[in-house]
Amino acid sequence: MTPVAQVERKRPEASSLGEERLRELFREMLVIRRFEEKVEEQFRAGELPGFLHVAIGQEAVATGVCAALEPTDVIASTHRAHAHTIAKGTHINAIMAEMYGKSEGCSQGFGGSMHLYDVAKGNLGANAVVGGGLPQIAGAALAFKLKHEPRVAVAFFGDGATNTGAFHESMNLAQLWTLPAVFVLENNGWAESTPAQQQLPLPVEEMEKRALAYGMTSMEVDGQDVEAVYGAMRGAREHAVSGQGPVFMNVRTYRFTGHYVGDPQVYREKGEVHQLRETQDPLELLRVRLGMTSEEFERLDAEVSAEVDASVEFAKNGTDPKPEDALKWVYAEGSLERA
Amino acid sequence: MPELTYREAVRDTLSRAMRTDDRVFIMGEDIAEMGGSMGVTQGMLAEFGPERVRNTPISEIAIVGAGIGAAIQGMLPVVEIMYEDFLTISMEQIVNQAAKHRTMSGGQVKVPLTIRTQGGAGWSPGAQHAQQLESWFVHVPGLKVVFASTPEDVRGLLWSSIYDPNPVIFFEHRTLYPIKGDVPEELEPIPLGSARVHRQGTDVTVIATGRLVHESLAAAAQAEEDGISVEVVDPRTLSPLDVDTIVASVKKTTRCVTAHEAVVPGGFGAELAAVVQYGAFDYLDAPVERVGARFAPLPFAPVMENYVVPHAADVLAAIHRTVARAA
Repeated sequence: MTPVAQVERKRPEASSLGEERLRELFREMLVIRRFEEKVEEQFRAGELPGFLHVAIGQEAVATGVCAALEPTDVIASTHRAHAHTIAKGTHINAIMAEMYGKSEGCSQGFGGSMHLYDVAKGNLGANAVVGGGLPQIAGAALAFKLKHEPRVAVAFFGDGATNTGAFHESMNLAQLWTLPAVFVLENNGWAESTPAQQQLPLPVEEMEKRALAYGMTSMEVDGQDVEAVYGAMRGAREHAVSGQGPVFMNVRTYRFTGHYVGDPQVYREKGEVHQLRETQDPLELLRVRLGMTSEEFERLDAEVSAEVDASVEFAKNGTDPKPEDALKWVYAEGSLERA
Repeated sequence: MPELTYREAVRDTLSRAMRTDDRVFIMGEDIAEMGGSMGVTQGMLAEFGPERVRNTPISEIAIVGAGIGAAIQGMLPVVEIMYEDFLTISMEQIVNQAAKHRTMSGGQVKVPLTIRTQGGAGWSPGAQHAQQLESWFVHVPGLKVVFASTPEDVRGLLWSSIYDPNPVIFFEHRTLYPIKGDVPEELEPIPLGSARVHRQGTDVTVIATGRLVHESLAAAAQAEEDGISVEVVDPRTLSPLDVDTIVASVKKTTRCVTAHEAVVPGGFGAELAAVVQYGAFDYLDAPVERVGARFAPLPFAPVMENYVVPHAADVLAAIHRTVARAA
């Protein structure tokens, strides 16, 4: 069984958020949770094409990271993309419409769950190839550096991605060139169905060593504590944007679900998920901390659930693309303006 | 008209773009102090400095991936993959990422990235430094594929590639770097997707790319002595392809030979043959002949290398086979 409750729960001083802001983040995490539960339900009912990966249990990571970013900062997401996309500011209606393959979707129905984009919000896209987005985050950071823009580029990825060549080449390049990039490892101890001990030669709590090997500043973060994530990301952002180079964040978190929706999880001990939900739920941890009463919570939950239900209605009433729209975006037309 | 080598034409185009446009920068292995393994970027570090002439680690995934990321943020990167054999290492970024971002995002993203690379046999590099892989990329929607065969075409096509809003793979042939040719005083962009008729003829059309353009011109001169009039067409851009020029030529000559240095099976000649049979079916007097390398990894020993790759004599033999058929 994956050891739980090993992460030391300490919070950087500078990070403290006011109660009002924390309540906003609690609400956002609840939106993510209810949204993912809803898409899971709709998928199991046969409403949604394709396949799905949810990040239930990891909400505090996406929320804390994106809350600490400026609107002009950019992210690259993964196949487990709903939380990142919501946290970077895309309306759930646009995401749900994408799940349904509608033209109102955030990728106009061309992407689906694994290719959610919202470039105006700084979301450069979810990537269905593990590690695929990392080199491009180094490239975005290079562009910011060359243009002297005070922006950072942030890559989300899981522990499985740290075994890819793309990860190592990107870390090396970012450090070599002192790029304003932040590498956010969502370390949930699973590469799809393969546990950490079968795919990582290091204990999960020592993954920072991979960053240290490149001379990169790194930090260990409790991914179940949104305020800790926020504080760490503020520090990482400051470090990167001030020209001191990239930062690696080993964010320890837990995946409460299977790799994909419908995954029977034969590889996982039965009691593990139950225990995680009991002890490591980022929403419950924050609810207790905020002293939120059950009445308060239920009122908020009803409001959020209604928003999520409304997103399903929005999506179902969306426009189906025309079949021939398939060819619309293969190439950009014309030639770029000369300087 | 000034005369430039093929190598100088690449350098001239990159330098002109970088002089006038801050968005353009180059990166790749050994391109700075050393000036690239083929000497193409010699002197550019001194003119443009290390921020814009960037030596990279030996990291083909990151070179292409960082180019994609910078391109999406409004830069116009020209990245160099030292040998096209090494494109295989960056295939994921090229095929799954660069080519697909625009469609996957529903049109939110443009990737104006140029990937320069080179390859080609004739100097005993062995099996991992001379492949001709251009046809792989023609199979991927979202990519454009250019293969220039003369200094003039290098300038016009590379310029258009840099300013194309899509990812372009720009192939250069190693043995062509020293060849000289006249180029226009002012750089004249050549639209991607326009073929060049190098030589007019009436009996056979040879559609050739890269080094084989020159081999085909030599074969055509020889054929003329044998009383056969050969037209030589270089598509220059493999994707998009100038189908009209190719089909019009074959309708006129009624016979067609394709010629490239890449191996024959699945090579670009197969695509050309399909385009020609469909577009000029009623005009053809002979099956389309395909000239290319024999189907083997390139061996080291010069005698074996020479045996594997095609030459003017192979093109000439194919021309004779097509005219041997009764009209």
